[in-house]
Amino acid sequence: MLRLAPTLAIAILIGPILFGLIATALPAFGYFPTLGGTSFSFSAFVALFERPGLLRSALLSFSSGLITTFSSLLVVVLFVAGWSGTKVFRRLQHLVSPLLSVPHAAAAFGLAFLIAPSGWIMRLLSPELTGLSRPPDVLILQDAFGLTMMGGLIVKEIPFLLLVTLSALPQSNARQYSQMATSLGYGRIAGFIHCVWPNVYRQIRLAVFAVIAYASSVVDVAIILGPDSPAPLSPRLLGWMNDPDLALRFEASAGAILQLGVTVSALVSWLALEKFFAALQRHYCQNGQRFARDKAVRQIGLISISLATTIVFAGLAILAIWSVAGFWSFPDALPDSFSLRSWARALPGLQQPLWNSVIIALMATSIAVIITLACLEQEVRSGRDGGSRAMLFVYLPLLVPQTGFVFGLQIFFLWLGLDATLFALVFVHLIFVLPYVFLSFSDPWRAFDPRFASVAHGLGSGLNRTFWHIRLPMLLRPALVAFAVGFAVSIGQYLPTVLIGAGRLPTITSEAVALSSGGDRRVIGVYAFLQMAMPFVVFLVAGLVPMLLFRNRRDLKVN
Amino acid sequence: MKNSTFNIVKSTGLSLLLSAGLAFATSSVFAAEPNSVDWQSTVKQAKGQSVYFHAWGGSPRINDYIGWAASQVQKRYGVTVNHVKVTDTANVVSTVVAEKAAGKDSDGKVDLIWINGENFASMKRQKLLFTPGWATNLPNWKYVDVENKPTITVDFTIPTEGLEAPWGNAKLVFFYDTARTKSVPNSMKELSAWAKKNPGRFTYPQPPNFIGSTFLKQALSELATDPAKLLKPVVEEEFAKVAQPLFDLLDELHPNMWRKARAFPKTHVAMRQLMADKELDIIFAFNPSFASSAIANNELPDSVRSFVFSKGTLGNTHFVAIPYNGASKAGALVLANFLMSPEAQAHKQNPTIWGDPTVLNVDKMNAGDRARFAKLELGVATLKPEELGPMLPEPHPSWMNRLEKEWLNRYGVNN
Repeated sequence: MLRLAPTLAIAILIGPILFGLIATALPAFGYFPTLGGTSFSFSAFVALFERPGLLRSALLSFSSGLITTFSSLLVVVLFVAGWSGTKVFRRLQHLVSPLLSVPHAAAAFGLAFLIAPSGWIMRLLSPELTGLSRPPDVLILQDAFGLTMMGGLIVKEIPFLLLVTLSALPQSNARQYSQMATSLGYGRIAGFIHCVWPNVYRQIRLAVFAVIAYASSVVDVAIILGPDSPAPLSPRLLGWMNDPDLALRFEASAGAILQLGVTVSALVSWLALEKFFAALQRHYCQNGQRFARDKAVRQIGLISISLATTIVFAGLAILAIWSVAGFWSFPDALPDSFSLRSWARALPGLQQPLWNSVIIALMATSIAVIITLACLEQEVRSGRDGGSRAMLFVYLPLLVPQTGFVFGLQIFFLWLGLDATLFALVFVHLIFVLPYVFLSFSDPWRAFDPRFASVAHGLGSGLNRTFWHIRLPMLLRPALVAFAVGFAVSIGQYLPTVLIGAGRLPTITSEAVALSSGGDRRVIGVYAFLQMAMPFVVFLVAGLVPMLLFRNRRDLKVN
Repeated sequence: MKNSTFNIVKSTGLSLLLSAGLAFATSSVFAAEPNSVDWQSTVKQAKGQSVYFHAWGGSPRINDYIGWAASQVQKRYGVTVNHVKVTDTANVVSTVVAEKAAGKDSDGKVDLIWINGENFASMKRQKLLFTPGWATNLPNWKYVDVENKPTITVDFTIPTEGLEAPWGNAKLVFFYDTARTKSVPNSMKELSAWAKKNPGRFTYPQPPNFIGSTFLKQALSELATDPAKLLKPVVEEEFAKVAQPLFDLLDELHPNMWRKARAFPKTHVAMRQLMADKELDIIFAFNPSFASSAIANNELPDSVRSFVFSKGTLGNTHFVAIPYNGASKAGALVLANFLMSPEAQAHKQNPTIWGDPTVLNVDKMNAGDRARFAKLELGVATLKPEELGPMLPEPHPSWMNRLEKEWLNRYGVNN
């Protein structure tokens, strides 16, 4: 039966996307019998393109996909190239890693509270440095080019790209190559880019594509930080999908197809960029320039990543402060008074969403971990890993824009009569949780020294005993980390939660984004704080359990 | 042991399926159609039901009030109320429309909606509402101030016909901080002149936000050469001419607005935060005690006061309605009736709770209930009823849609 695990995993990863895409494409081309669309036509697309500012929305989504990915990848490359192996690197790496678990919406709220004209930075600087007793009337949030939105995405994608890069480094003999390049007189950065980066990039390429797909179709961060006139494509689609005028569903579906097109164009443009930078790299590789004096560039790398990290941490701090603030006038750096009133007020309303968030995340993540373990164990027993095709399957839910297929999936669940049920919501979360659990667990699993298993077999233990008594306990720590990652991913899901849950199953994240329209910083503070606290607690537990279990096992200890 | 891993997968999946199926089965217990006339049997039928109340959830204070009402109804009638917090009521309408399209004529997801205006008009037109007269037959209807509040029976020019139960009254009121602003405008024209002198200190929520659209309608109601035209459906050929004064005003106002009108707050609650942050000097809301409530909750400084235009501001009533396919109609009726009770209405009007004016006539109540209202303090920043000025009628709902569309065409894309 274990043999079926990979098939099951692939069905979970691909089935819903396929159904979702079909159920999105049919209405886009005019076919949706329950709404009176019985013949195929392009009228939905015609109506779509008559929308004011549509091209600009598409362009915003497109550029957000490229600029976000390019900027965050650049920061990661400069930092890893310039500092890997140093003490600074290790210290920062430990600081950045937890940021992966912070939901996008919470990070976006933090950024908004920080950099708004009446935000914390202005409050700290005023009136002493700026001379201002009132906030300046400047456009920072909701800027027309979506720069703030991209900023919010960049600070969140940096930790993700850094972690995938770090996990690819050991397979790239980074240290040896770097040392060799240095001994040939190359600067740290040039040496890294010539010798190590091509190999690393090949391994993290799908993750980079996932960032492009995400940044070009994001909804929650766009609602919180993005422009409104016009908004990027995906939040506008959500608006049409929810319009009382049902005829707009055709347009929304056509828009979803356009969103797919935008994401694909961004990916194709990225391929062109890859070619360009590869040529550039070859050029400098061949002309032998050493770039030995790269101190300034190294500093830029360090400063950028420190800045990005600081922004997220400071944002989270300011969220926490607002959640316990009394009256807080500009430009005071801190509130007049502190009170737990916002918490006390929010508490009754919090319980249901909190419970939903936790139960959905626990169920989706547990299923994902079990499936992942089954797939990986099957890999060991059959001696085949799925190769690069399997990797593509795993990444698929992250490469197709959510707006592109979750709409269709909603209709699909409606047909099944399963909409707004816990089952449907857990299932949809599973689609997005499974890839992350698989990705974060497959590397440590595959790096596991097979000789342990050989010794166990040699001593007479069977396949199952080896799994339960050797492999699983020794890999408990990465398994728990994978669980925590999956949990964090589930907590952060916004679009699938509002569409499939249909408001019946609110989570902390869907409530927080709903509250963002009210702009009440205290309540947003409460919800966003909880949003980041939940995954944090799970990561903490994931770290503590092995520490307790293995306190008498020197070589399994957490270092 | 051999297949244990997969067995776990299988059994988890099975139990999930089972529990989903069970949840489905219990919610579809057959029930006779309840009504407001045979109240005893409705109350009996309501016991144990779960009511999904879809109501805008952007204001914690209102959410708290709904939470309070839910706990009361639970205690007294055994009805469980779940507040589904929506960002835009139009989404709820679309849920019901989708259910009708999918043939789900009973057991719908929505039991009660907070609604008025265009959403009501749209649901009424598409026959998505529970039988006419359910609201006027509720026991507590006898207290409703039908005589003095014409907006209770005519919602944005559309007759309500007992298809929705009144919940609260709204009137457009402006607010300013006396610590910063000394003189306030008395009309839209004066507001524009004020903004010229105080650039960047005024804004309105981005239409189609309800309050933002209300601002547009207020301006047009003041400026239109023939306001009577607004009370009838939009005539497309005349629209440009009738609406021209509004867009002339906006063209003049926008360059002097917050962020030069290149960005807008999403809601009036966001404007309150902006006033507290000293970004805005004049804000407005559809609730006369908005500022008093905010002061009581540390959200605005206590120097904020209210004002209205002497020629009048828009006013309307907001309601609750029951979709035709709601799963727990008896429970919804019980909740709607409770929301209309003197006790719940007095609690709602308290500015430290919500501060939403009642739809009831105090003179129709018994002495005990009258005392509840007499006890209420209006709050430091709230105008007395006689100071609220004349009430301008809401235009026909088609104006709201048309104005929103035109607004989007003109200002939806910034340069």
